[in-house]
Amino acid sequence: MTEILAQDFGYFGSAAFKLLFAFVAVLIPAGATVTLYLFKMVSFMQSRLGPMEAGPYGTLQLLAEVGKSAQKEDIFPKTADRFVFAAAPYVVMISTFLLVLVVPFGPDAMFVNFDTGIYFALAVSSVSVIGILMAGWASGSKYSLLGGLRAAGQLIAYELPLVLAVIGVVIQAGSMNMQDIVYAQYNGEIFGWGAIGNPFFLTQFVGFIIFLIAVQAELTQTPFDMPIAESELVAGYMTEYSGFRFLMFFIGEFATANIFAFIASVLFLGGWAVPPFVTDMLGIGIDHALFNFLGPLIMGLKMLLLTFVVYWVRFTYPRLREDQLQAFAWKILIPLALINIGVTGLLKVVFE
Amino acid sequence: MTAVSDRRQLSYIAAQAADARVNVELEAEGMTLNIGPQHPATHGTLRVIVRLDGEQVIEAEPVMGYMHRGYEKLAEVRTYPQVTALINRIDWLGSFANEVPFILAAEQLMGVEAPPRAQWIRTILFEMARIANLTLFLGDMGVQLGAVTPVFYAFRDREHVLNQIEAATGGRFHPNFDRIGGVKDDLPAGWIQGTKASLNKIRQFCDQMEDLLLGNKIFEARTRGIGVIPADVGLSYGLSGANIRASGVDWDLRRDNPTATGLVYDQVDWKVWTHPDGDSFARYWVRLQEVREACHIVDQLLDGIPKGPIMAKVPRIIKVPEGEAYVATENPLGVMGYYVVSQGGLEPFRVKIRSASFSNMSITPWLLKGTYVPDVITILASLYFILGDIDR
Repeated sequence: MTEILAQDFGYFGSAAFKLLFAFVAVLIPAGATVTLYLFKMVSFMQSRLGPMEAGPYGTLQLLAEVGKSAQKEDIFPKTADRFVFAAAPYVVMISTFLLVLVVPFGPDAMFVNFDTGIYFALAVSSVSVIGILMAGWASGSKYSLLGGLRAAGQLIAYELPLVLAVIGVVIQAGSMNMQDIVYAQYNGEIFGWGAIGNPFFLTQFVGFIIFLIAVQAELTQTPFDMPIAESELVAGYMTEYSGFRFLMFFIGEFATANIFAFIASVLFLGGWAVPPFVTDMLGIGIDHALFNFLGPLIMGLKMLLLTFVVYWVRFTYPRLREDQLQAFAWKILIPLALINIGVTGLLKVVFE
Repeated sequence: MTAVSDRRQLSYIAAQAADARVNVELEAEGMTLNIGPQHPATHGTLRVIVRLDGEQVIEAEPVMGYMHRGYEKLAEVRTYPQVTALINRIDWLGSFANEVPFILAAEQLMGVEAPPRAQWIRTILFEMARIANLTLFLGDMGVQLGAVTPVFYAFRDREHVLNQIEAATGGRFHPNFDRIGGVKDDLPAGWIQGTKASLNKIRQFCDQMEDLLLGNKIFEARTRGIGVIPADVGLSYGLSGANIRASGVDWDLRRDNPTATGLVYDQVDWKVWTHPDGDSFARYWVRLQEVREACHIVDQLLDGIPKGPIMAKVPRIIKVPEGEAYVATENPLGVMGYYVVSQGGLEPFRVKIRSASFSNMSITPWLLKGTYVPDVITILASLYFILGDIDR
């Protein structure tokens, strides 16, 4: 089996393989989490059954929804700026696909090995803001406009704590390369004890929590969902969209949630690697080709764990107000993240 | 003939005036936003025209009447027993409470008094209608603020009360159970135990809401100090019910209206809850306590329900003698009154319905000025209106 992986497919062969895998990496987790969490877990939280008719136990509901959306009329409002209105969902989707490029799923199973991988990821995650602003402006609807402006303000405000939370990890790992961050956690030691490596959520717990909060805001999930606040702005920037374009926003939203969970598990939970004592038991190194298969599964499990938190919070809390959200970012999260960076830098100097 | 053309001309002028007003607003500073008539937060067809500067409200104007069904006029061509089937649909969440003041007014005109057991059953169902109405508010307030889950718990636990109402009256939403001189039927066997069990469910629900929403920091941040109504302003706008009690006015027609004979609130031990703050949080808190108090009242009434007939002696064909009567009661949404004028026929000559939500909405232009769009939703939710109760 390992020989198959070691084969060289050539440039076009590997490019096609990567393209296929990019779709798999974006769409399969999105479908899994939507079915598992959005349809079922949330239903149980709300004392109802959720979808039960499509397929056994409602498992094919997502396909039914996609089929329904694909059939719907693609409506353009009369006052819409047609080109921008049509392009906006693609911009959001492009941001999602660019984001997955730098996530490592195994020693060789990654799309691009950037030296500044995490920097790239945080940069392209902001591209979706442009798409959202485009959607809000081009819809020609007041609700969409309010939603788009709220989204822009919010996403820019939470970009900062997101970046600052990551800097602690970068300092500790000594690299911006996401593969190196995984190895740094695998090879790390906690006061000389290296059986589980050093997953950074133990030493960077402040950064981890800030990162999760900021991701929640980046994804515009409750309690930070003012851009699409249903009871206020109907559906915010998505109000005028229907059919497949709405579905693209929908996929973009949930796929981005998964990819941010992937990134969080790389940064804080050890990524695709297993703890060193497991590799010691198996008697293989962490670079073994077996991890090209195991890695995506391990990442998938960690992603499910983190997205569970996202949806749990989403369906538990009320929504903040726009000014409270900004105050929370600028007065609490950013100072906390700055202190975290200072303390991390100090300890790094002290211990090494 | 002239009357018809006059009316046409008037409606034409009204339409022109509305257009002109919209044009003026478009030229004015800020952005005009129509919240409603189709909007998730208005649960029905209320329309609030707000003029915004950014997200701040410069001016707000509620527009009502999108669901006007003309019950006052329709009541004039129904016999007295038929009217209750109509007015059930005014506040559709606590339907039984709509029938009571009308029946009491008719009884006052006829000089009939219901026997004690009927009065007790009436009071029990009145309070259960209150529970059925306000539990939904307790969950719905969460939805308006973005917390989706509480409303499902509200629907789930409200079901227990609705089942008991159905068992007693035959109608889950629209009992149509109150009669001039008594009630339609006696309580079924085992109803008292079943009701007590359902009240316990409601008490658990109240505790849960206290945990989920009242104890939530975000909920507090969103509601405390939002939409503050001082007591004197509230009174001058004609607010009633929990809205005015949340401003510290200790006024409850269940206790303070000795003219409404036919309800037995003086027989039980209960308390009127008030809150000094007058903000959205206070309105939620007062309603939560009122649900608990209603459970307490029903519990006591179930223990002490007297035996006896459920119907006074009334003629088979009800003719109400000439006269006028106004009876108001403390309904779930506030004070609801019926002014019934009879000219001695089978049908009322004129019925004026004073519904609580209509009066409660009148404060919105004053209250919404200077707030932000998210607070508009909070305030509208905490004022708690039912569209049927506004438009009748």
